[in-house]
Amino acid sequence: MARRLLIDPVSRIEGHAKVTIELDDDGTVRDARFHVTEFRGFEKLCEGRPFEEMPGLMARVCGICPVSHILASSKAGDQLLGVDVPPAAVAQRRLANYAQLLQSHALSFFHLSGPDLLLGFDADPATRHIFGLAATEPDFARRGIRLRQFGQRLIELLGGRRVHPPWSAPGGVNQPFSAAARDEARGWLPEAYQTLELARSRFRPLLDGFREEVDHLGDFPSLFLGTVSADGELEYYDGDIRIVDGEGNVVADGLSPQRYATYLGEASESWTFIKNPFYKPMGYPSGMYRVGPLARLNVAATAGTPRADRELRELRHHAGDAAGTVCASFHYHWARLIEMVHAVERIEELLDDAVLLGTTIRAKAMLNHREGIGVSEAPRGTLFHHYRVDENGCIVTANLLIATAQNNLAMNQAVKQTAQRFVRGHTPAEGMLNRVEHAIRCYDPCLSCSTHALGQMPLVLELRDRQGGLLERIARD
Amino acid sequence: MSVKTLTINGKTVTGLAGTSLFNTAWEAGIRIPRLCHIGGLSDIGACRLCLVEIEGRPRLHPACMTEVEEGMVVRTESERLHAHRKLIVELLFAEGNHVCAVCVSNGHCELQDLATSLGIDHVRVAYQHPRRPVDASHARFTLDLNRCVFCRRCMRVCDEVEGAHTLDVAGRGAELRLIADLGQSWGTAESCTSCGKCVQVCPTGALFAKGSAVGEMTKNRAFLQYIVTAREKHEWIRK
Repeated sequence: MARRLLIDPVSRIEGHAKVTIELDDDGTVRDARFHVTEFRGFEKLCEGRPFEEMPGLMARVCGICPVSHILASSKAGDQLLGVDVPPAAVAQRRLANYAQLLQSHALSFFHLSGPDLLLGFDADPATRHIFGLAATEPDFARRGIRLRQFGQRLIELLGGRRVHPPWSAPGGVNQPFSAAARDEARGWLPEAYQTLELARSRFRPLLDGFREEVDHLGDFPSLFLGTVSADGELEYYDGDIRIVDGEGNVVADGLSPQRYATYLGEASESWTFIKNPFYKPMGYPSGMYRVGPLARLNVAATAGTPRADRELRELRHHAGDAAGTVCASFHYHWARLIEMVHAVERIEELLDDAVLLGTTIRAKAMLNHREGIGVSEAPRGTLFHHYRVDENGCIVTANLLIATAQNNLAMNQAVKQTAQRFVRGHTPAEGMLNRVEHAIRCYDPCLSCSTHALGQMPLVLELRDRQGGLLERIARD
Repeated sequence: MSVKTLTINGKTVTGLAGTSLFNTAWEAGIRIPRLCHIGGLSDIGACRLCLVEIEGRPRLHPACMTEVEEGMVVRTESERLHAHRKLIVELLFAEGNHVCAVCVSNGHCELQDLATSLGIDHVRVAYQHPRRPVDASHARFTLDLNRCVFCRRCMRVCDEVEGAHTLDVAGRGAELRLIADLGQSWGTAESCTSCGKCVQVCPTGALFAKGSAVGEMTKNRAFLQYIVTAREKHEWIRK
């Protein structure tokens, strides 16, 4: 008899989601889907609000990556004002973005995925979490927490607080960066480099043991999208969009983020609250593309910083095809590690730049344009904020294209591929289902700020027949 | 002019006949919570936060609207008063759309300060979530009725100090709303001199300077004292 497996909620991700797995009579997987079960409505609730409030309002979209939303929203506001943001403010914003990248990636790598990677997919779920990791690898776990603390502290030094700092606004930022804050931030750098070197030396040997996961937790060709600098280097604040395919061929280059709506479409499905963006020229759902750490490393020619570039060459050599393109979703972890190294290098560069301490930090103007599109690279991928305002500057429509949504088609494919490989029989082992969850964790989806998931949420597995009737319920705490 | 002697919170104080309990207490260093009162403008007793107990009288009295009397025994703090004030502020939060986290006045708001000082950590009555407009038609200022507590300071300063009387209220009860001139958009109100006094006296983020982002609207209310002193005493001072 055909059955449906339900993983609800999916644990150790940011937000609420579930997975359904449809089984055939013989227990083989017919289909699998990743459902996002929460609804936020930010695009609607901000209608009518003055655009100057948007960075503060949009920061509340997420407690993990508020800086990303603040920056995209501020940049959209810059365009509505029609101003050139002072260099010191740009430097501060860039610094905050790298700090955000570092703390968010550290959360994903050490706290959320670390337990699977270091303790194993089949480890006892009662201890397969950050606390279990802290018990078995205390130095590794402590350093991971400290690395995230560095990112958070840097955001606090810039914006006054770690979460939802109300410091960036249309036209710039609202407080200069002090020399004392810069010096404190510098003091964190040696430890950050050491931690990342330790993480690298601990993580790389593990890959040999994960060959099956590398090959089956979402290894498929797709488009990759990300912003790059004029030199083709990694770029997180400005730059144009580049799209490459699964073999490294450049599909589109030099695309203006401002024109995103001409080449990116958004499809809706009845079974999930998340939108499904796709590359318009290839249609839906063939235009599936991936964003985020792995996509950025696939579209960029080089990282642009020495340590990250060394590691990027390693990644391409060991995991890439002839062109160096890496399609295995499992390598999002490695990509995250490389991006953390890159972020620390860029943070060091910015701290050494006298421009950062400039006191001209805000360009003031009245409303000069009726439409603004702000784009930045968030930890999980390219983030678009698009606002239209009335003649008084109040929001008429807002459209947010969130990184996680852009990975949704790929996450669904990864879930299906993983389930087909690992899930067998009507009562699959817990470790099998954990691999399905991990296929999602590779993308580090940020489904909302509603769950600051540290450790593990309870997972409930329900076996249902074709009509949806509950056959069996397995719960773990 | 005669002087009245009375007791406030056990302290003997004196006040000129005709002065309010609120001002007499203020001069004696006794702070009574308030929202609609602001020094330099007439009192209207709208917010009811300055209610006090007067011995021998069963009902509560608004300190701003009650004149001092000889031998009065007044209490400005009690469990009963605290409960009343707490409920009043909770009702204000429930009546409008006050979202401190994304407000221009976050950290500089009298309503927020009151809630903090009264120990309000949640609201016990149902939020009304009214649909209220934002009037951003003025070139320099924005009126966000979601954050208005109808203290009418803006209306009074516009009328009594600036002499324009652009702002007023219309409607009753839950339909009460602040209007400009004859209920038109503020930007088209010809009587407005764009002086900005209304913005400075507003206790919340209902009136703010355009361009303010979250937490950026700080208000300077000291100007009222200069103007009132100049007008009434013909003394031009600058602190």
